[in-house]
Amino acid sequence: MKPASYPCPLPGGAAGHEYALTFDFSRKCRVLIAPALFDEGHKLRRFTAEVMRRLNGAEIDCFLPDLPGLNESEQDLALIEPEDWRMALEAAARHFGATHVLALRGGGLVLPGKLGGWHYAPVKGASLFKTMLRARIIASREAGHEETLDALMEQGLAMGLELAGYSLSGEMLRQMGELVPGKQPGITVIDHELLGGGPLWLRAEPDEDRAQADALAAIIAVGVNA
Amino acid sequence: MDTTDRKLRAILADVLGLSHDQVAEFTADTGLFGDLPELDSMAVAGLLTEMEDRLDIVIDEDEIDGEVFETYGSLLAFTQAKRDAA
Repeated sequence: MKPASYPCPLPGGAAGHEYALTFDFSRKCRVLIAPALFDEGHKLRRFTAEVMRRLNGAEIDCFLPDLPGLNESEQDLALIEPEDWRMALEAAARHFGATHVLALRGGGLVLPGKLGGWHYAPVKGASLFKTMLRARIIASREAGHEETLDALMEQGLAMGLELAGYSLSGEMLRQMGELVPGKQPGITVIDHELLGGGPLWLRAEPDEDRAQADALAAIIAVGVNA
Repeated sequence: MDTTDRKLRAILADVLGLSHDQVAEFTADTGLFGDLPELDSMAVAGLLTEMEDRLDIVIDEDEIDGEVFETYGSLLAFTQAKRDAA
């Protein structure tokens, strides 16, 4: 697995570079990974890398790009909207010559157009935010001050909001909150139940699960050759 | 073990990364929030969302205080009451 980068369009028409982890041996099948978002991205990162190792073992190239504002990106997340992520994934797909896409969780809400592939454990944008809003309310309550879901959301839409350490713009909250999975042709949904075991994005501490990584990689490996 | 109890233990197993045997040993007095350092606000928030999905209940934020998550017994009682009311 090697670190690489790809040219990534930025808000306002600028261009930058973002990192990507890659297994690139110029093979025929080339899978772009649309990573899980926010906190789930961290919880699933190890799992994602383990799936990539297995795809590599099955003679499939794969690419895990950083999205602007997340992971190692130096871009200010507060300036990013979902469309920027979709454009970043499109740029990564072009740069790496992807033949398929594998989206995990919220990554499937910003799929690049045209590529067929898979969406593991789809989630609504609103559900991602609801969990993050709740985490903030619970933490605030522990600290001795009360916040409510409605008031936080109203404030967030007007002037942005920090949730679980992520600075989200009003536009990010509004647009992402309206995104629902499952409208793209050529994308097969892989429900978590197919993998077995407990969902890794739920874990309080990030963890891995070999059997789940085996199962997801096997579905992709069979699928790319179908 | 009734359905609510069984499902709640399964959700806790997923969140805490425990085996089903380990969560089967939880008693009403087993401490949760405060006793388990990994059960932070983000984990509790994820737990709530998962409880809503798997147990068909709706949880209001203002119903959640530290006492609900203090022990397994208090969380089970809260969940059972929500299901009975649903």
